[in-house]
Amino acid sequence: MAEIRLENVSKLFAGDVVAVNDITLDIADGEFLVLVGPSGCGKSTLLRMIAGLEEVTDGQISIAGTDVTELAPRRRDIAMVFQSYALYPHMSVRQNLAYGLKVRRTPKAQIARRVDEVAKLLGLSDLLDRRPGQLSGGQRQRVAMGRAIAREPKAFLMDEPLSNLDAKLRVGMRASLQQLHSRLGVTTIYVTHDQIEAMTLGQRVAVMREGRILQADEPQKLYQEPRDLFVAAFIGSPAMNLVEATIDGGDVTFGQFRIPLAAGRRPLRDTGGRVVLGIRPESFEDTAFASGDLPRIEVQVEVLEELGSDAHVFFLVDAPRITAETLEASEEEATLLALEKALFTARVDARTRARVGERLQLAVDPQRFHFFDPDTGASLLQPAEPARATGAPGTPVPA
Amino acid sequence: MSASAATPAGAPQPRRARRGRRKLATQTGWNLVGIAVIVVMVFPVYWMISTAFKSDGEITSGSWFPLQPTLQHFRSAMAGADHPYFWNSVANSLIVVCVTVALSMVIAFFAAVALAKFRFTGRKVFIVLMIGIQMLPQAGLIIPLYLVLRQYGQTGTLTGVIITYMTFVLPFSVWTLRGFIIGIPRDLEEAAMVDGSSRVGAFVRILLPLVAPGLVATSVFAFITSWNEFIFANVLLNDNSKQTVTVWLSYFTGTARHTDWGALMAASTLTAIPVVIFFVLVQRKIAFGLTAGAVKG
Repeated sequence: MAEIRLENVSKLFAGDVVAVNDITLDIADGEFLVLVGPSGCGKSTLLRMIAGLEEVTDGQISIAGTDVTELAPRRRDIAMVFQSYALYPHMSVRQNLAYGLKVRRTPKAQIARRVDEVAKLLGLSDLLDRRPGQLSGGQRQRVAMGRAIAREPKAFLMDEPLSNLDAKLRVGMRASLQQLHSRLGVTTIYVTHDQIEAMTLGQRVAVMREGRILQADEPQKLYQEPRDLFVAAFIGSPAMNLVEATIDGGDVTFGQFRIPLAAGRRPLRDTGGRVVLGIRPESFEDTAFASGDLPRIEVQVEVLEELGSDAHVFFLVDAPRITAETLEASEEEATLLALEKALFTARVDARTRARVGERLQLAVDPQRFHFFDPDTGASLLQPAEPARATGAPGTPVPA
Repeated sequence: MSASAATPAGAPQPRRARRGRRKLATQTGWNLVGIAVIVVMVFPVYWMISTAFKSDGEITSGSWFPLQPTLQHFRSAMAGADHPYFWNSVANSLIVVCVTVALSMVIAFFAAVALAKFRFTGRKVFIVLMIGIQMLPQAGLIIPLYLVLRQYGQTGTLTGVIITYMTFVLPFSVWTLRGFIIGIPRDLEEAAMVDGSSRVGAFVRILLPLVAPGLVATSVFAFITSWNEFIFANVLLNDNSKQTVTVWLSYFTGTARHTDWGALMAASTLTAIPVVIFFVLVQRKIAFGLTAGAVKG
């Protein structure tokens, strides 16, 4: 077990493509850190740099206090689980599990004991003599995990290990991974593009975009206090509703709606009245089930999704739409305009009387509004600070 | 009336029957084509082997089967006064083929790894050139190659023949092996490196076993091509004691007055035996290898 420290780490590919841009991050001993972001954001490259599979262009990586920047992967004492599992197809499960120990010249008796322990832990005991080709996807995934565990490395690096599994199996595996981590307590860096996976697994989640870490925080903090428009849009399902709005005295206006602001929840900086307003779907409620003192808006129900536990009501707002995708597609954060109208999602009580095509009264809680600078994307609920998070653990994020 | 009423109700049946008949006819047609192909391919081999065992009388009478089988032609081919150098030729051929196959496999493997795994300037040109070379007619290369080899005193030597054979065995082998290596996911090697292997260790423990079926398949090709090659060997090897089996075989048709068909067929059968043995030995490996290669992590 060990802590991992990244200091100003950068990676430039041929043609001056910046994959990882000046990342500084500390991962505490025994911590489960998730790197999350859209494809191409550099998260896998960063993981491969920690593994030693990609050269570091600039900066320093240390594991357990030792500078490993120039060390070969085998000298770093880490284990990696690949998206494709990368099981050796010509070896049995037993040989796959034992490989890392064997190449390190561990005594045979010890290898056999360790393989048996790991097989028992992961329920692989009956499969030890099979080849990877004879296993199901879930079994292969467990063998890949077992191969990492068997060696008792200082840290686990996992590159989207659940993405090849079907949805149901993935949920089960997620829980198993959490159990495993709490049992083994090994420092783990986990890469995924799935924000639900990130939120459920990570003790801390680092959101990456274009080679940088935008914010690294505990999942709840990331959700409640996104420091950046992109983080706000990326984290949460259904996603945060984002729309261009204007602050006018004590009210915020977006599309056809005008809502009075809550006393303690206003932009801390003046951006000329223009802001990007963010409202989480659960900040809305059908007035039939909401407290009476909240401001109300009347909407036309476009789509209704009844999920049993709750219902999602979709309604149009007469203002341009902003989503994580449009943020990603735009070259500069300043150009956040899109032609489509914003389609808002409200998560309301399952007993709602909402019907498609009919009008519905929604209560909305201004105490839970988020405001972002339309030019830089930075949160306006936090005092101005260097726009990019360094992601050091315990970095204070004022509410 | 009853007949006209029966027709619509019974209509699907004749249609189904017609479809069934057409299907059967198509199937029979394809089977006949298959049988014809087999006959065309197998019959010459049968004729060669059966003639080798026929008596002279049966050969001239054009008998279909060796009714009085004899080994006389084999004796004459291997040790007859007219056809010396059989064992010499076999030894020469084995030397040429084994060295060509072994050297080609080693060089081709490394070249294929370089082409499949690394990006370097001129890589694409190199690959295109390799395919381009395959398209040149071999006969066109005889004179230039002869001139080059003569300059270095390599005509009439087995070394010269080996070098010549490698000019056409190597490009094909590199090309084929590259395909096999590309099919092996990079993750496997990387997993081995993270697990504790060096690059060379990952190469030997992971890449080599996975590419083994490819090596076997390619070496079969190299073996057959080198063993059966005649033109270059005939041009380069003038000394009878240095000739390969295909050159030795050509002498059986050499006499103008008379061709000893029995001995010729016996000699041809003997020449084919090593290739068949080699193939029987390695074909199981190829079949196994293809399934093993299909399993990806």
